[in-house]
Amino acid sequence: MISLNNVHKSYATGSNSLHVLKGIDLEIKQGEFVSIMGSSGSGKSTLLNILGILDNYDDGSYYLNGKLVKDMSEKQAAKLRNELVGFVFQSFNLISFKNAMENVALPLYYQGVNRKKRNKIALEYLDKLGLLPWAEHMPNELSGGQKQRVAIARSLISQPKIIFADEPTGALDTSTSYEVMEILKNINNEGITVILVTHEHDIAAMTQKIIRLKDGKIAEIIKNGDLKHFQEQYTKALETA
Amino acid sequence: MFDIDKWQEILSTIKKNKMRTFLTGFSVAWGIFMLMILLGAGNGLSNGVSENFKRDAINAMWLWSGKTSIPYQGMKEGRQIRLTNNDYDIIKDLPGIEYTSGRYYIGGNTFSYGNEYGEYTAITCHPDLKEVESIEIIKGRFVNEVDLKQTRKSVVLGKDIYDALFKDKEAIGEYVRINNIPFKVVGICMEGGGTRHRNAYIPVSTGQKVFNGSNRLHNFALTVDAKTIEESQVIETRVRERLARKHKFDSTDESALGSYNKLEDVIETMKIFQAIKIFIWIIGIGTLIAGVVGVSNIMLIVVKERTKEIGIRKAIGASPASVVGLILLESILITTIAGYIGLVLGTGLMEGVNFFVEQQYAASAATNGGNGDTLFRNPTVNLNVAMAATMLLVFAGTLAGFIPAKRASRIKPIEALRDE
Ligand SMILES: Nc1ncnc2c1ncn2[C@@H]1O[C@H](COP(=O)(O)OP(=O)(O)OP(=O)(O)O)[C@@H](O)[C@H]1O
Ligand SMILES: [Mg+2]
Repeated sequence: MISLNNVHKSYATGSNSLHVLKGIDLEIKQGEFVSIMGSSGSGKSTLLNILGILDNYDDGSYYLNGKLVKDMSEKQAAKLRNELVGFVFQSFNLISFKNAMENVALPLYYQGVNRKKRNKIALEYLDKLGLLPWAEHMPNELSGGQKQRVAIARSLISQPKIIFADEPTGALDTSTSYEVMEILKNINNEGITVILVTHEHDIAAMTQKIIRLKDGKIAEIIKNGDLKHFQEQYTKALETA
Repeated sequence: MFDIDKWQEILSTIKKNKMRTFLTGFSVAWGIFMLMILLGAGNGLSNGVSENFKRDAINAMWLWSGKTSIPYQGMKEGRQIRLTNNDYDIIKDLPGIEYTSGRYYIGGNTFSYGNEYGEYTAITCHPDLKEVESIEIIKGRFVNEVDLKQTRKSVVLGKDIYDALFKDKEAIGEYVRINNIPFKVVGICMEGGGTRHRNAYIPVSTGQKVFNGSNRLHNFALTVDAKTIEESQVIETRVRERLARKHKFDSTDESALGSYNKLEDVIETMKIFQAIKIFIWIIGIGTLIAGVVGVSNIMLIVVKERTKEIGIRKAIGASPASVVGLILLESILITTIAGYIGLVLGTGLMEGVNFFVEQQYAASAATNGGNGDTLFRNPTVNLNVAMAATMLLVFAGTLAGFIPAKRASRIKPIEALRDE
């Protein structure tokens, strides 16, 4: 599903450049539930954006669903994003002048689904996430958790193969975070690959695989079975810091 | 190309961003509105002036006799110059003269018919006066050569005299008394370009005979065959010199023989109006440029403001073309409608002004006894010009939106999303 081979990425900042990703090799299979962890500035978001074709990389190769993603035209990238992936952002990124239903329905507009039909489907998804009564509400009338659920509904409506979520619980309190994680877990159970970035290891612990980034490289990959071990190690690291 | 869904998306965006819509629309509507007023005012001014000129042929010239003011060949100044029918025959055949009419003044012009009567002016003339003063016949005929030869007591009534004396009755063939002498009505006329028609025309020969004028004439009205001031001046000089030779006065003596050359006036005035027109166009183009800059500015801001939205749309699968299309169609829709509103309001205002001016004109004509005086008439704008101006603004808005929209649609969505 996802295959990265020696991917590099630098940002040009003024005269010098910042080398953020220094050779990432990574395989993620269909149906996996993966979290990316690491200290602030370690390149988590950068990596996720590359995976979701929101950004490009400088070196190496990235295959998504067997297709090489490199030097793609914006048009091709848009098509791929629309068909294959869904995004959930820490800051929700809802369109402020559209109500919940219209926000959720928007991806279908770009698939050429007519208004009536896409609004109907949007309502179904909002219903699934328990938001039907808020369908006509504008984003600024919703709580953080509700907004994130709207964003999740929007990412799901195009029936993507992969959901990318950059700190989806970052702006939410613990209980709301757990609700959102429950939703993502259910999505994963339906066979959709979910890749999320998080700082909180209790959140990471709910996933099946944790990728830890350090200095622009993958420091370790912890599988589900080793999670207990990871938690101990993580607490130790915190203590020494 | 026409895609209901696309337009619904655009309309919903417009509806939910009223301020933005208003600002874009306002700058276009305002630009067009101001342009309409400016050009309308310019047209009104020049229409008003050319209307005033229309009253007589633009190449008309008038000559009238007086007393000499310069001694000539041993004769003292202060000598009265008397023009006669003989001078008419001379002037008529001079090269460069088209139409000629002599006039003998008759005083105290009381007109009556049955119990109706009124004070009007009876003008004695040759048939050519019709051409010199742009007289329009609405019924019957004008004074003709036969009237002149047979010194017939024929009269052509101005429409106002007819209305006052005859109401709606048939007048042709009836007899009207002028200073108690019966004249047969042969025609009804209007003065070209005027709104008041209070003059009556009778053959000059009849006037001389009936009112004791022998062969005297007081003035001449003519038209000259000239296109430029210079040409008309050459003819004017020729006439003056010919009459000066005959009546023995200095040909430059304006007091012995007065003359007014209308073409000179017309051309000078037209030159001024040409300049005013150019000036108005410059201001108009300035207004248009201000509108273009305004619209372009707003479009730049709109695209900047929408960068994040563009990022979101792209992240969920919008192609660059659809993003550009969304922004541009919105801008075209708003600017077109706003331009139309500006057009309608501008035209409406100008029509209102026109209505007001026409009333003023009628009022001034009524008090002025003869013709209404106005500097301002029919202040309307050529619709093609207005449409072209609107189209230019729409185009400018589109172009100004296109460049940043294209740029925004090309950048990576993550960069657009990062925009705060
Ligand atoms: N557009 C950019 N231009 C320049 N530098 C950037 C840009 N985006 C990120 N960086 C830098 O790249 C590094 C990695 O950024 P990234 O956002 O991937 O970190 P992160 O792991 O997501 O951190 P956090 O946990 O704080 O979100 C940081 O040092 C950041 O300053
Ligand atoms: Mg980040």
